[in-house]
Amino acid sequence: MHEAVIQGWQARVREAAAAKTPLAIRGGGTKAFYGEAEQGEPFDTRAYAGIVDYEPTELVVTARAGTLLADVERTLREAGQMLAFEPPHFAPGGTLGGTIATGLSGPRRPYAGAVRDHVLGVKVVDGRGELLTFGGRVMKNVAGFDVARLMTGALGTLGIVAEASLKCVPQPRAQATRVFELSADEGIRRANEWGGKPLPLSATCQCDGRLYVRLSGAAPAVEAAAAKFGGAEVPDGEALWTAVRDHAHPFFAAARDGAPLWRLSVRSTAPHTDLGAEQLIEWGGALRWLVAPRAEASKLRAWAAAHGGHATLFAARDRSPGVFHPLPPALAGLHARLKAEFDPHGILNPGRMAAGGA
Amino acid sequence: MLPATVHAQLAALLPREALLTATEDTRPYECDGLTLFRETPAAVVLPDTEQQVVAILKLCHAARVPVVARGAGTGLSGGAMPHRDGVVLSLAKFRRIVAIDPLARTAVVQPGVRNLAISEAAAAHGLYYAPDPSSQIACTIGGNVAENAGGVHCLKYGLTVHNVRRVRAVTIDGEIVEFGGDALDAPGYDLLALITGSEGLLAVITEITVKLTPTPQLAQVALAAFPTVESAGAAVGAVIAEGIIPGGLEMMDQAATRAVEQFVHADYPLDAAAILLVEADGTPEEVAAEMAEVRRVLAASGATEIRVSRDEAQRLLFWSGRKAAFPAAGRISPDYYCIDGTIPRKALPRVLRQIEAWSAEYGLRVANVFHAGDGNLHPLILFDANRPGEADKTIAFGDRILELCIEVGGTVTGEHGVGVEKLRGTCAQFGTAEIERFLGVKKAFDPHGLLNPGKAVPTLARCAEFGRMHVHRGELAHPELPRF
Ligand SMILES: Cc1cc2nc3c(=O)[nH]c(=O)nc-3n(C[C@H](O)[C@H](O)[C@H](O)COP(=O)(O)OP(=O)(O)OC[C@H]3O[C@@H](n4cnc5c(N)ncnc54)[C@H](O)[C@@H]3O)c2cc1C
Repeated sequence: MHEAVIQGWQARVREAAAAKTPLAIRGGGTKAFYGEAEQGEPFDTRAYAGIVDYEPTELVVTARAGTLLADVERTLREAGQMLAFEPPHFAPGGTLGGTIATGLSGPRRPYAGAVRDHVLGVKVVDGRGELLTFGGRVMKNVAGFDVARLMTGALGTLGIVAEASLKCVPQPRAQATRVFELSADEGIRRANEWGGKPLPLSATCQCDGRLYVRLSGAAPAVEAAAAKFGGAEVPDGEALWTAVRDHAHPFFAAARDGAPLWRLSVRSTAPHTDLGAEQLIEWGGALRWLVAPRAEASKLRAWAAAHGGHATLFAARDRSPGVFHPLPPALAGLHARLKAEFDPHGILNPGRMAAGGA
Repeated sequence: MLPATVHAQLAALLPREALLTATEDTRPYECDGLTLFRETPAAVVLPDTEQQVVAILKLCHAARVPVVARGAGTGLSGGAMPHRDGVVLSLAKFRRIVAIDPLARTAVVQPGVRNLAISEAAAAHGLYYAPDPSSQIACTIGGNVAENAGGVHCLKYGLTVHNVRRVRAVTIDGEIVEFGGDALDAPGYDLLALITGSEGLLAVITEITVKLTPTPQLAQVALAAFPTVESAGAAVGAVIAEGIIPGGLEMMDQAATRAVEQFVHADYPLDAAAILLVEADGTPEEVAAEMAEVRRVLAASGATEIRVSRDEAQRLLFWSGRKAAFPAAGRISPDYYCIDGTIPRKALPRVLRQIEAWSAEYGLRVANVFHAGDGNLHPLILFDANRPGEADKTIAFGDRILELCIEVGGTVTGEHGVGVEKLRGTCAQFGTAEIERFLGVKKAFDPHGLLNPGKAVPTLARCAEFGRMHVHRGELAHPELPRF
């Protein structure tokens, strides 16, 4: 039955390739707002669902693209494990395929790694309709180019993710969240200083004159670090981190109502700079969110570039300034040639990654 | 031989001592750490600036001369083996640590910087570079990125790919490109991941920003003895099943412990069939909690003896044997051949048992010393190349081990790369369509196939040639290809 679904995918892609019909690949649609607008006939991945293999002692889960992210997480939770990159959900109904394709990671990212750091292997249907397997289900594998990671975050423009194997990690035994009254400048400095100490840090969030810090690990280590940090205890810390992860935090209220939300990914030590609006700062300083008009695009992009990073118009009704930071010509050329290799007819999510690729 | 015009252009570009063409000068470059494969290059160039690298690549590109980048030449798959008509581009002079940013916890380094030198330079800030290949005193960070090198600490702290932020490189047409950046992600495709482990096929790396990790306050290692190799293998799974990710989880069998004991006195229990080294690191509280659990699990898994390092000196002593394992193998046998497959942890007992059986069948001794926590095997096949037929027998034995790795769901190379050595295994591991895409990726960067040709990705013709003799799981890997 599952095989028939994949054969159906392959046949459909081949037909689309022959007719040059673009396909808009979609899981639960919870991240459809991200990237350039979808174009083409809807291609729903949700029929290809289910966990293929999960052995907690191997620390690897393999699941089909249409599996609900929530189902993967529940299965892991029941075995005392989790996805270390804390993927955002934004809304119920997101799939594993969408998680891989968008490559978005949550609050734990600077301390535990991103989606791509946990992808061990993928099966994809490329733009020629071929089912390809890259990587595998083992922790270390350097045979062939790392196409599994190349597919991660490629927004479906290089292949339709059909299955993925991900590294899982044990859940921390204990967690605690502390809060400090600090200016953004101070908060960024502290988060970086603490990041350089051997302490069980697992998330930071600077907002409204406060720095929130999460500690995760063995109970005695979390207690010792909490005592060392000081600050005040936040009783329901997990609710805060989930809200930050999913943009349900009040900071994102205007963005949820349609105001343009910018994501500035920069060097963690970049100074706090007034860019015309309040910022929410995650990832030990390396990720800065703000709501700002589209007209600010070039100013924000210049600032991010000057601080070692890039600016994404993460969510907006009108994406006209371009969602992704433009690439230098040499990189853009490589992107175009890779796109042509995996999707020679240009039918997979065309334009979804424009400016950032294909 | 280089075309005369190319030679003249290189000579005009580089100081005399940075262009080697006499055989006695190029001979030291004829192989890497895998000495079974050798080739003398037409020339060796040793530039010391990025502009020189750009110029060398442009002129080689124009004249269609192959270029093989080279770090320290410690690779174990023939990746840096020269091309007969090509140029070896050594990065040995790119030895500068450009900057260390203790607050951002990053180091900007040139590719010829030795792996260990980064940690030494960062130590003053309470930081280190986590991936620690056993060759870390010699191998370069450029070679590490090109191979996606691993090490003892990688189970907990990740491989090279997890610890590199930015790579600056020059493509074959002389364009400077940067992959990744100072932020935690970059726009577009993840070309940083693609360049990592690309074995010098896509671009020549000229600068790298690595992530530095806070030095743990404390580290302790448990040394556990097991009566059988299988029980040690099963204990590895049991540790992980407890939700423990040790800082290091390594295994050595008796052949390995006995070999190293003659070489460094690491105080290993020599009557044990296998030992495990399990490291806990972190805050003193974390280490105490983790060590208590590790002890409990090891005992429950049948360890006959467990010793926990009492101080730093003893910790280093316990590790000294593991670190000296390869040279020790070289002491007890005229030659050894290091295999590098990765398997799911659960397959450890089965695969180790099979290797033992084959060892008897081939009449070749094997010492096992490896990254058990990652399932990354390094059976060292001990042989004597001077005995007729023994090298061939060794290679056949190695191939069978790699086939078994694929069969149990693993890979033919966990960290040493494909190079020239595992082209055959790569054919067996991947289908035709995947190999075609690899060749397509190569072409997207290097349309004329000039960077390290003949390595890492086999042509389909090569696979067909191998396929004739290679039947995998009862089926041909590339049934659609014509056979000769
Ligand atoms: C005793 C011993 C122990 C070892 N232990 C380990 C271990 O624990 N883990 C592990 O992963 N490996 C190990 N190795 C293998 C080896 O040390 C690693 O593969 C290392 O990364 C190679 O680095 P190098 O500088 O010697 O590279 P080289 O051998 O010179 O080159 C390796 C490859 O990288 C390419 N390359 C080198 N520099 C560049 C550059 N600047 N740009 C583009 N391409 C480049 C070369 O073309 C070649 O394909 C060991 C080797 C030995 C001899």
